[in-house]
Amino acid sequence: MASRILELEGVRKSYNVGTPIEVEVLHGIDLALAAGEFAALIGPSGSGKSTLLHLIGLLERPTAGRILIAGKEVDHLDEAAMTELRGRTLGFVFQFHHLLPEFTALENVMMPTLIERGRYDGAMRARAQWLLGRVGLGDALAKKPAALSGGMQQRVAIARALAVNPPMVLADEPTGNLDSHTADEIFGLMREINREVGTAFLIVTHDARLAGRCDRRIELMDGSIWA
Amino acid sequence: MPFEWVLALRFLREGRMQTALIIAGTTVGVAVIIFITALMNSLQASLAERTLSTQSHITVRAPDEAPLPVLDRQRAAVASHVEPRVQRLRSIDQWQRVFRELPSIPHVVAVSAIATGSGFAYRGNASKSIALIGVEPERYSRIVKIEDKIRTGAYRIGPGEAMIGIDLARDLGAAVGDRIRILSSEGRDDVFRITATFDLGVRDLNRRWVIMPLRSAQTLLDLPGGVTHIDLTVDDIFAAEAVAQQITARTGLTAESWMAVNSQLMAAFKNQTMTTRTVRLFLVLIVALGIASVLVVSVVQKQREIGILRAIGASPGRIKKVFLIQGGIVGSAGAAMGSGLATLMVWGASYALRQDDGSALITGQIEFSYYLAASAVAVLTGLLAAVAPARQAARMDPVEAIRYG
Ligand SMILES: Nc1ncnc2c1ncn2[C@@H]1O[C@H](COP(=O)(O)OP(=O)(O)OP(=O)(O)O)[C@@H](O)[C@H]1O
Ligand SMILES: [Mg+2]
Repeated sequence: MASRILELEGVRKSYNVGTPIEVEVLHGIDLALAAGEFAALIGPSGSGKSTLLHLIGLLERPTAGRILIAGKEVDHLDEAAMTELRGRTLGFVFQFHHLLPEFTALENVMMPTLIERGRYDGAMRARAQWLLGRVGLGDALAKKPAALSGGMQQRVAIARALAVNPPMVLADEPTGNLDSHTADEIFGLMREINREVGTAFLIVTHDARLAGRCDRRIELMDGSIWA
Repeated sequence: MPFEWVLALRFLREGRMQTALIIAGTTVGVAVIIFITALMNSLQASLAERTLSTQSHITVRAPDEAPLPVLDRQRAAVASHVEPRVQRLRSIDQWQRVFRELPSIPHVVAVSAIATGSGFAYRGNASKSIALIGVEPERYSRIVKIEDKIRTGAYRIGPGEAMIGIDLARDLGAAVGDRIRILSSEGRDDVFRITATFDLGVRDLNRRWVIMPLRSAQTLLDLPGGVTHIDLTVDDIFAAEAVAQQITARTGLTAESWMAVNSQLMAAFKNQTMTTRTVRLFLVLIVALGIASVLVVSVVQKQREIGILRAIGASPGRIKKVFLIQGGIVGSAGAAMGSGLATLMVWGASYALRQDDGSALITGQIEFSYYLAASAVAVLTGLLAAVAPARQAARMDPVEAIRYG
């Protein structure tokens, strides 16, 4: 197996710690993802898929266990370092409400790079244009999200997730809101990019058909990995 | 343009109505702050100017003579009652030395030596009690602008000449060119030819003042080479009291500023200033609350976007900055537009507000420093008002925004 982009060891997550309504959502997750892998994360509603994705995405901290991103231990990073690492190594695609409505498609795609570099430059514009062309939106650069269909918005989100060329993209039900035809297209697009660029994908989905088209299926049941 | 500015500007631009309203509110606040400040200062200046048209800014004279105990201190208890001494007419000791020294004191721009006392004016059967004012005309005109108040004749007094108030002229039935005899309280007399009559706008002065050459007054008042007062003009009228105190400290002479003489007026000014200050404070508070409330709403509205921005690499510190900048921009825009509006308001008021005599109550000018001060306050207010919303934005949990957004 190639180098590991992601490793989880005994990761636990509890909410409302220290209160009577304390609840453990994830019970000791061990998981590894290879660079360039294309994996589906499946499981019933409430099984903890989103929670796991947020932990991997450094948006939340685990209650116990270790997380390594690209070989780097993240447990003791402070907020600023986590933010930096997140911006540099992870792309996100969410189910809804994922674009900034005040900004055009092009500006949305440039946003992660703008955050990273501090100000606009020609290179980031060129890359954003190229990415939007790649996801089939070369002629919608100046459109705001409200003027785009759900499938087009998700294409913009994918382009944005790839803006800084991260080694891994985390997607939480990226097709959950789309009709099956559009869902197929979006899924196919991610698969193509995975093959072309070698970006690893971890995709949460309820769609067994799409999950079947992934290299690997990780099944979560009641907060534990099943298969 | 830095990321934080790109976001701040875009958020403001896209929040059209909210942004327009809060900038309008800030604009009005800034304009009213500048306007009432300019109005009050202008009113006070014009009142002070009126008062000072017949008074010197500072008058220096010999200290009052204290009663000298006849007995030595040990046995002073014997004296059960000490009467204040009668104040004689007397000259300032070595006044030339003081006179030379005064112009070197900061703010002092003009000095004039004066010999003054009381007496009587006679013409035919008429006799009137008067105040003799002996001056050097060129110097004195820089203390009180009598030239501007001449009714008949010309501002000129040579030896044997005098200018008198219009009411005194009427009482004596005298006109320019006529002669009057002046008898001083020291019992000396002389004849003067009237060169001008003046109207100081104060009946009592118009009825009593006789302005004559310093030498003539010295002779009449039996003060050879001496002067009873030195009048001063300062460049900042509201610095007069401080300058007067400095003069007393330096020379031991009594120095009275117009502010001390017109203590009622000064008390009124003080109350006015306090009122204006209070109004200003509340205006700043209202503007701050307005900006803060709009930004708080904006933070709540943008919860989802803040979550996304955090997810794609924006640190809490940078999110905070985005909202601080918005507060600063609202403050700056309000400052710029408020300054413009204030200029219009003051300009309009300079036409609309008239005094009894038809002259403008306030000048159409605003001191540049008011713009600067009001703008600094507005920008600072915007920034401070944004602190709480910005903190709130920075604290926002991205997961919550993404999960439930
Ligand atoms: N902040 C929280 N406080 C308490 N419980 C929480 C919190 N966030 C999530 N949970 C609980 O954790 C469990 C897992 O939630 P999660 O959203 O990860 O599930 P999921 O697998 O993504 O479900 P779905 O398929 O519906 O999206 C749920 O029971 C949920 O109620
Ligand atoms: Mg979920």
